Amino acid sequence: MANVVTITGVKKLYKMGSETVAALNGVDLRIDEGEFVALMGPSGSGKSTLMNILGCLDRPTVGSYKLLGQEVSGLGDDDLARIRNRTIGFVFQNFNLLPKLTSLENVALPAVYAGLSSKERTALALDALKKVSLSDRAEHLPSELSGGQRQRVAIARAIAMKPAILMADEPTGNLDTKSTGEIMEIFRDLHRSGSTIILVTHEPDIAQAADRQILVKDGKITKDILTAHSTETIDIV
Amino acid sequence: MLFTELLKMAWRSLAANKLRTFLTMLGVIIGVTSVIALVSVGMGVKKNVVDSISRLGSNMLIVMPGSFNRGGPRGAAGSITTLTYDDAEAIRDKIKNIAHVSPTVSGSYQVVYGHENWNTSVTGVVPEYVDIQSLTLKSGLFFGAHDVDVRNRVAVIGSTVATNLFESVNPVGKKIRIGNAPYTIIGVLESKGQSTGGQDQDDVILIPLTTAQERLVGITYVRSINVQVTDSDKMDEVQANIEKLLRQRHHIRKGAEDDFNVRNLTSLMETMTSTTTMITLLLGAIAGISLIVGGVGIMNITLASVTERTREIGIRKAIGATYNSIMLQFLIESTMISIIGGIIGIGIGVVAAQMISKFGNFTTVISGLSIAASFGFALFVGIFFGMLPARKAARLDPIDALRYE
Repeated sequence: MANVVTITGVKKLYKMGSETVAALNGVDLRIDEGEFVALMGPSGSGKSTLMNILGCLDRPTVGSYKLLGQEVSGLGDDDLARIRNRTIGFVFQNFNLLPKLTSLENVALPAVYAGLSSKERTALALDALKKVSLSDRAEHLPSELSGGQRQRVAIARAIAMKPAILMADEPTGNLDTKSTGEIMEIFRDLHRSGSTIILVTHEPDIAQAADRQILVKDGKITKDILTAHSTETIDIV
Repeated sequence: MLFTELLKMAWRSLAANKLRTFLTMLGVIIGVTSVIALVSVGMGVKKNVVDSISRLGSNMLIVMPGSFNRGGPRGAAGSITTLTYDDAEAIRDKIKNIAHVSPTVSGSYQVVYGHENWNTSVTGVVPEYVDIQSLTLKSGLFFGAHDVDVRNRVAVIGSTVATNLFESVNPVGKKIRIGNAPYTIIGVLESKGQSTGGQDQDDVILIPLTTAQERLVGITYVRSINVQVTDSDKMDEVQANIEKLLRQRHHIRKGAEDDFNVRNLTSLMETMTSTTTMITLLLGAIAGISLIVGGVGIMNITLASVTERTREIGIRKAIGATYNSIMLQFLIESTMISIIGGIIGIGIGVVAAQMISKFGNFTTVISGLSIAASFGFALFVGIFFGMLPARKAARLDPIDALRYE
């Protein structure tokens, strides 16, 4: 399987007064196409920093990050923005939808920044909304939707540009049990259809949905395990 | 494609906060309105000055008596009585390139007709006065050279005098008394209206120069000699020749000062024009300051809006908005405010200028240049003051912006 993410010797250092603090202190990581990875760790462990770097929102201080074979650690802000636009889809804990745009407009927003025509944008957005079963809510504002529906719109936005990686940061953190089940089911569906997913969570139950669990502690990966089940086995059962 | 979307985004964001958008716009509206209205007043003053000077006729030289300065206190201009009708005749006869020469004397007199009486300015003139002042007669005739030669007691009156003394009766042929002597009215002037200074140009009585000098005022000199030159290129030459001739006639020794002044109305007009242009620019600049204040208002509100929308900016950046697309989004908002405010300001400014001229008794001139300049300046202000907040928004770090509550 093709290699999506290759991180070697990544460090992220912050200067706090005279001291230098390492949020990440030498991380090596490979993620292949089609993997469903759960990134775990207590708060302050560096998992958010790692996610920001993986999501091209941040750059490592030291080390190399190859995304789809391209070295991105040295890219400028606008190049990173273009990568986020086309290669990475984000799902956040608090949905982060624009409140004044309808579901359809929210989902079509990445395509706006990609410079696509109105026709292409609508087609991509409708397709994405269909994948999260929200075609009938296309003209609704986020305020008219339930928490679970909002998160589904956010997922639709994240997958609208058919990104190479889908990154989800505590996507069920603000949801009730029922909605959590629905959202996780969508992630599993996306995984089955071949998406590469990185899920950041501190809940072991949620992490169970992934095939591979990575534990980050004190800026280092301390555990990297494949879970008992894999997609294939579930499919067979 | 992206740009059209950014335009739509900016428009929606402005439309979502209508009151705030309007209040921000108000600064620009007031600025543009005051630039257009004030500049139109300044240009109106300029037009009045130019009109009133050119009404005196083009290519005019005015010869005035000088003042005493032979020891002791100097007298007022005109206190010398050496400028005479003969000087005027000499100028006409001996100097080339002259179209008209018109000497005048004047005084203020009580004028009586029947039971009516009126105090007005009586001016002694020669027939050429009609040409030089571009006067036209409503009825009757103007006096001729013969009347001047024999000092006839005839008068041509302005329409104000006619109304006050005669009401609806035709004054031509009637006799009025000026300084207790009877004068026959032979003509009535067409109305010229008010002068720039608010003087009624129809409140005049014109009589032959010699009659005024000898039979009314009792003097031998003239108050001024207006000289119209045939060609504007010859102004300086004619002026020099007049000065030379008069020095000779007045026996002024070399090195001594002239006892007269020759003024060039064209150069006077140039001075006045440049002065009023300065005034106009000054008014425009003062109004322009209010436009700058309006720009500061735009900056203020846009900065607040950037802070308020930090999270939105974070979301947009996370899903792929570049520096330029965020900057443009906010820059378009501030530019839209200044464009719409500018257009409204032009509308109100034009109406205001018309109101000033209608109710304020001011001449106002609305020029395309002042409209274009104030709009251009408003546009510049919108872009200039929108730049700082827009750059601030575009520079936000997406991680910090997403974390912003």
